[in-house]
Amino acid sequence: MPFSPAQRRYNRRVLILSLVYTALLFAAVYLLSRHLVAGPLAYVVGILPALAVCGFFWMMAVYLVEESDEYLRMLQVRQLLFATGIALSAATIWGFLEGFELLPHLVGYVWPIVWIAGLAIGGVLNRLIERGRMLIGRRQAGL
Amino acid sequence: MNNRLKELRGTRGWSQQTLAENLDISRQSVIAIETGRYDPSLPLAFRIAELFACRIEDVFVSPSAGQVAG
Repeated sequence: MPFSPAQRRYNRRVLILSLVYTALLFAAVYLLSRHLVAGPLAYVVGILPALAVCGFFWMMAVYLVEESDEYLRMLQVRQLLFATGIALSAATIWGFLEGFELLPHLVGYVWPIVWIAGLAIGGVLNRLIERGRMLIGRRQAGL
Repeated sequence: MNNRLKELRGTRGWSQQTLAENLDISRQSVIAIETGRYDPSLPLAFRIAELFACRIEDVFVSPSAGQVAG
């Protein structure tokens, strides 16, 4: 299926943002691991890769606003809900088990990674749901 | 929700892509609506009906009535 104009814009922005994120991450690791920056500047350098990740979330919001095709928008919203549900559930379960000292501590930025993995799972679930609905629809239409 | 979209499209000799372009939606959406996987919003349902110069109930089957009018 060809991409909608909004999807093409989203893909282009995510590609650019990925390059920016990679550059900022490498720069931050290089500067901070060698203690080349300190004080408030260290915080600024440290937060820049995180802001790039926040940019991914912003891009998704922009896509939802720009997507004029309501069906594609519905699919994207459902995918985002799957990802959010998976990430929040995983974080909650891990947090409780960590609190009971049954699991080791995890750094917070693991959860956005889980959320992005949840997007992939959401995409698969979307396809399965749509395939199931198509079969039901054909059966009801007597096809 | 069942509908006559495929039939109406056939009467015009339109492909799914042509219908999608006329409605300014994706072909994915046309397929989803035709197969009953997705119920369009009221504004889109009106656009579809207006494109075929008929009423909404001539295109879409009322879930309560269970049949297409006409």
